[in-house]
Amino acid sequence: MADRIRVLVAKPGLDGHDRGAKVVASALRDAGMEVIYTGLHQTPEMIVNAAIQEDVDVVALSILSGAHMTMFPRVLKLLKEAGADDVVVTGGGVIPAEDMAELAKMGVDRLFGPGSDTREIAAYIREIVATKRG
Amino acid sequence: MTDAKKKGATATDARRAWDEKVSSSARQRDALFTSISGEEVDLLYTPEDIADLDYERDLSFPGEFPYTRGVRSNMYRGRLWTMRQFSGFGTPEDSNRRNKFLLDHGQTGLSVAFDLPTIMGYDSDHERAEGEVGVCGVAIDSLRDMETLFDGIPLDKVSTSMTINAPAAVLLAMYICVGEKQGVPSETLRGTLQNDLLKEYIAQKTWIFPPNPSMRIITDIMSYCAEHVPQWNTISISGYHIREAGSTALQELAFTLADGFAYVEAGIAAGMDVDEFAPRLSHFFNSHLDFFEEVAKFRAARRIWATDMREKYGAKNPKSWLMRFHTQTAGCSLTAQQPFNNVVRTALEGLAAVMGGTQSLHTNSMDETLALPSEEAVHVALRTQQVIAFESGVANVIDPLGGSYYVEALTDKMEKGCREYFEQIEKLGGVIPAIEKGFFQREIARAAFRYQREIEEKKRIVVGVNDYVDEGEEIKIDLLRIGPEVEVRQKKVLSDVRRDRDDAGVTAALAGLRAAAEGTDNLMPHFIDCCRVYATEGEMIDVLREVFGEYREPPIYW
Repeated sequence: MADRIRVLVAKPGLDGHDRGAKVVASALRDAGMEVIYTGLHQTPEMIVNAAIQEDVDVVALSILSGAHMTMFPRVLKLLKEAGADDVVVTGGGVIPAEDMAELAKMGVDRLFGPGSDTREIAAYIREIVATKRG
Repeated sequence: MTDAKKKGATATDARRAWDEKVSSSARQRDALFTSISGEEVDLLYTPEDIADLDYERDLSFPGEFPYTRGVRSNMYRGRLWTMRQFSGFGTPEDSNRRNKFLLDHGQTGLSVAFDLPTIMGYDSDHERAEGEVGVCGVAIDSLRDMETLFDGIPLDKVSTSMTINAPAAVLLAMYICVGEKQGVPSETLRGTLQNDLLKEYIAQKTWIFPPNPSMRIITDIMSYCAEHVPQWNTISISGYHIREAGSTALQELAFTLADGFAYVEAGIAAGMDVDEFAPRLSHFFNSHLDFFEEVAKFRAARRIWATDMREKYGAKNPKSWLMRFHTQTAGCSLTAQQPFNNVVRTALEGLAAVMGGTQSLHTNSMDETLALPSEEAVHVALRTQQVIAFESGVANVIDPLGGSYYVEALTDKMEKGCREYFEQIEKLGGVIPAIEKGFFQREIARAAFRYQREIEEKKRIVVGVNDYVDEGEEIKIDLLRIGPEVEVRQKKVLSDVRRDRDDAGVTAALAGLRAAAEGTDNLMPHFIDCCRVYATEGEMIDVLREVFGEYREPPIYW
């Protein structure tokens, strides 16, 4: 069981749209992953603390408020400062394609917009964690 | 299937023979024949499905109890629904311009969206506001911003709906103060506050205080408005967000009505006469894609509200029995893929709302899954309503689907299902205990997950998403972006306000608010005092946070 992928599903910022986060959390759990859901209204600090405490492989942020260009960079920075930059950061929500490209440059490889298939999300996580673990 | 069994018992010979013929010979497509909510739907509805229907008891005439067919006797021939597009972004100046644009293009009421810091009671210079100022709506910190937002818009000529919940009292107080400055007495102000905290705990999740203090603020608003702002709709009891969070149509109906009755009970418990406040309660529903299910939902909603208000809560004023509602088309039904298809989805949903007898309507813009709607997209959305109103002919006749075997059977089924949910909620101790036990949240999360599964397993087709996909589609839509300069401008105005105001006056007004919150005085006059001297929203809410505490939800995801 030590090999089970651990994912922190987090809702940063002030918006309360947790439908997507919960659906993804349930789907990843059904796909055999260990899922920790932070609940709503988290600050980047709270998220990174939880990620380190729970020793997760992946942090998945769900943002529908438009604050993604503030939240993703901050989570990346805090992870780096904590020496946890091996943690994969991904996520989804209402994020325009240009912003996805911009975030990819910062190290958020892949984001999942509306209409994404949760099986695709699970497959991506499995693949990237496998690469990271070598 | 109990329904089928029941039907079997009462079916005519002709119907039985037809059923047999169909089941033995007709070929059926390999598809899911359930409503979008996952409800079984029969192949055909006949008089047998509505054998128990009593016209006068169950439907009656429009404008007459139980209002199944509509709240007004002549419905849209008297007055069309209000075309009310939700709008708000950036600074108060930006939103003021968009509102004037909409009024110039024939919109008849305003609807203000606030940004998340305003919704959560943080000033624009609070650290939690960073990156969110003016993004999801307009940023309002003090009366100064509200004056700018309504500059050149006479408050005696428009009705204004404000989508605000936890700090609703603060925004209403500011609106009253803007009225004062324009010389418009509060008695003549018309509009609506969303002010529905129960659905925040259930679905939308932008709460500040725990449920009980929230209910106290709400009853304070109800009682203040009954006396001083009598034309104001004090709560817009909302199913919209419950549906967006993933509920079924039935859950939307049942949970919204349960919330509504909880407010009625709170008002009565606070010592008010039900007829004193109930006429100013309004509702707000979602209109999703399953056309007939939606129409049935709206019709059942009116009937249940009227029946229980009269029979259970003893309301005597017919206005207390009326369920008047606003409708917004389903944002969650829109797709990021092939966004032009969303215009069609929205038109169908808008049509269902009109066939369901809505009093006002917001039609979504095609680009809303991508970002804030652009002006062009908002324009098409408003025009969609105008086509329904003036070209389709559906507004000529009241409740045109009334009497349809299918729609009447669905309306009855909605009512029955709704009453079953009421019983479950009752068993859990009422709405607030059910929230604390996570009942609603779990029901909704399960429905959302079922729906997602059906799409992924391709049992349910969403055009452009899991079928009829345009490979390599590139979305070319101009996106409206809120730049960081909005936050900078907003902070500048806020610091000017803090510099120019009378600090002693602010301190005294905030102290008055605190004393009222710790005691039992109505909070509304204190909010108005605070607004007048330019206390900020964050300052007022902080006082209440200290007195009332903050709500925390246990993070459950299934």
